[in-house]
Amino acid sequence: MKSQFQPDKNGYYGQFGGAFIPELLYPNVKELEDNYIQIIESDEFQNEYKSLLKDYVGRPSPLYLAKRLSEKYGAFIYLKREDLNHTGAHKVNNTIGQILIAKKLGKTKIIAETGAGQHGVATATVCALMGLECTVFMGEKDIERQAPNVARMKMLGAKVVPALSGSKTLKDATNEAIRYWIQHPETFYLIGSVVGPHPYPDMVARLQAVISEEIKWQLKEKTGKENPDTIIACVGGGSNAAGAFYHYMDNEEVELIAVEASGLGVNSGESAATSQLGEVGIIHGSKTILMQDEYGQIVEPYSISAGLDYPGVGPLHAYLFDSKRANFMDATDTEALTAAYELTKIEGIIPALESAHALAVLSKIKFTKDQVVVVNLSGRGDKDLETYIKHLED
Amino acid sequence: MNSIKELFQQKDKNLLSIYFTCGYPKLDDTTKVITALEKSGVDFIEVGLPYSDPLADGPTIQDSSQKALENGINLDLVFEQLMTIKETNKTPLVLMGYLNQMLKYGEDKFCQKVVDCGIDTLILPDLPMVEFENHYQELFDKYGLTNVFLITPHTSEERIKKIDEYSKAFIYVVASASITGAKGEISNKQVAYFERIKAMNLKSNLIVGFGISDKQTFNTACNYANGAIIGSAFIKNLGKNGVASIDGFIKPIIS
Ligand SMILES: Cc1ncc(COP(=O)(O)O)c(C=O)c1O
Repeated sequence: MKSQFQPDKNGYYGQFGGAFIPELLYPNVKELEDNYIQIIESDEFQNEYKSLLKDYVGRPSPLYLAKRLSEKYGAFIYLKREDLNHTGAHKVNNTIGQILIAKKLGKTKIIAETGAGQHGVATATVCALMGLECTVFMGEKDIERQAPNVARMKMLGAKVVPALSGSKTLKDATNEAIRYWIQHPETFYLIGSVVGPHPYPDMVARLQAVISEEIKWQLKEKTGKENPDTIIACVGGGSNAAGAFYHYMDNEEVELIAVEASGLGVNSGESAATSQLGEVGIIHGSKTILMQDEYGQIVEPYSISAGLDYPGVGPLHAYLFDSKRANFMDATDTEALTAAYELTKIEGIIPALESAHALAVLSKIKFTKDQVVVVNLSGRGDKDLETYIKHLED
Repeated sequence: MNSIKELFQQKDKNLLSIYFTCGYPKLDDTTKVITALEKSGVDFIEVGLPYSDPLADGPTIQDSSQKALENGINLDLVFEQLMTIKETNKTPLVLMGYLNQMLKYGEDKFCQKVVDCGIDTLILPDLPMVEFENHYQELFDKYGLTNVFLITPHTSEERIKKIDEYSKAFIYVVASASITGAKGEISNKQVAYFERIKAMNLKSNLIVGFGISDKQTFNTACNYANGAIIGSAFIKNLGKNGVASIDGFIKPIIS
């Protein structure tokens, strides 16, 4: 039986999704649409993808029972350690997959957008690995606040192009990447989250699905249980959440919690809590929930975390929200910082600021004492040290 | 009949269309620009709705849109402005915007307002053909509106033929694999593409746009199509020299 959480032939999850692209991009998107499932399901792809994930990325990523965190919140809290992946986040699961697809399609030039720089680094990494040319678009503001990742991309041989329009963050980097793609249709656009025109959301979700595929057997091995009671993940565009939820979406017994960044507070005017502030709209080729004004002008989002300040969510998440399959929560800058310090102090793990948003809702939920909770720790905090240090002094 | 189609029946060569951004350079310049363009002899006008995230537009139109939004332009104001010249303006107008603007405004309400302003032709660069077929064709038909499709050097012959069937105003021939933005000249490769399209003997009229900037590029485009659209080059001049300079910009191109 086909899952209701798979898109239909036009790329729709319920009313969300589609491919709202200028005619100029039609051939590119069509080529991908016609080929991606067949490529992903081929033995050749699967062998190469699995082998790279194992030996290059270091998968499976551990499922770690965080004892002191569990004690504190009165539940069994497991951390899915995507932070231990090569390059430091879940993003590499997707870039390994997409670079193999790009190669199969005969592409030699790769472009990508990046917010926190994690996707940019993960893309630059696989391009170095495969010997392909790499250009990464990054908002000027993000270039400033994620300096270590900019340096890594450059060392890896990528060209980093600053996006100077709008809020100079992830949304604008994506605009610039799409504009470049229009002008250079020979390039492969390696999108970093479950956003963009169909088939990107589905393709990226399939490539991140390895996260929940592993959680399934790891949990069984550790607890004998088939499923966790609750899975928590942060949502920018929604790729780490899509991966962590993927194999549980059809099982209503598993509670899915998506955490958005509410910046200075949901109603402060400085927020990125899309599901609470947004309405149906079109962004980057996809119909989804979008932060916009009464005339459909896209509102500039804000979060301390460069990976979460996106004014939309992927269409799958819009559908998970609209159908109430997932429970959407939010965490402010301050709550995320507090959670990051807490994890560091009691577990010795410095999380990425994005992942810290997922951790921040632990203190807002009433757990039962044998509840099994998995928090997707999407990335490590090395890139955020400057922000963390600044707030240590405050 | 569609107003642009009607125009083609009177004149089918060397048509000049100008794209401009509403509310730019000043908030109340919208109608002034249209009036000046009409006086200068422009054949039809593309009225651009400023959008925060115009994916198909280059820096010039992006900047003008941002400036116009800062000036305080919005869809209600645009419709108000256009209503004031409805009776006096005789030059056909085409409304160009992004799909989300229509979606958020309310699709029916948007279409009704467009019709009220005496406009019957829309260009929505991010409206794909499949969405048109599944939903918008019926909506537009209900209001007597026509959608203009774009073709590019990479659009397949089969798809061009389908677009030809759907086109009731004209086909917008995008000059190169490009976003909007004035460029220097037209290359041999572009000419080959124009020739290929011309040789298809489509039933629709053809208007070339994106990268047409002056008399020379306009004339070249007109060798292969019924006319051409100038956007960024016009906006650049308008931003620098204001509404009073419009006649001086247009005259040398059509003389
Ligand atoms: C560590 C980490 N987590 C989460 C995200 C947010 O992206 P997504 O919602 O696609 O998982 C990012 C994006 O840069 C990231 O670097």
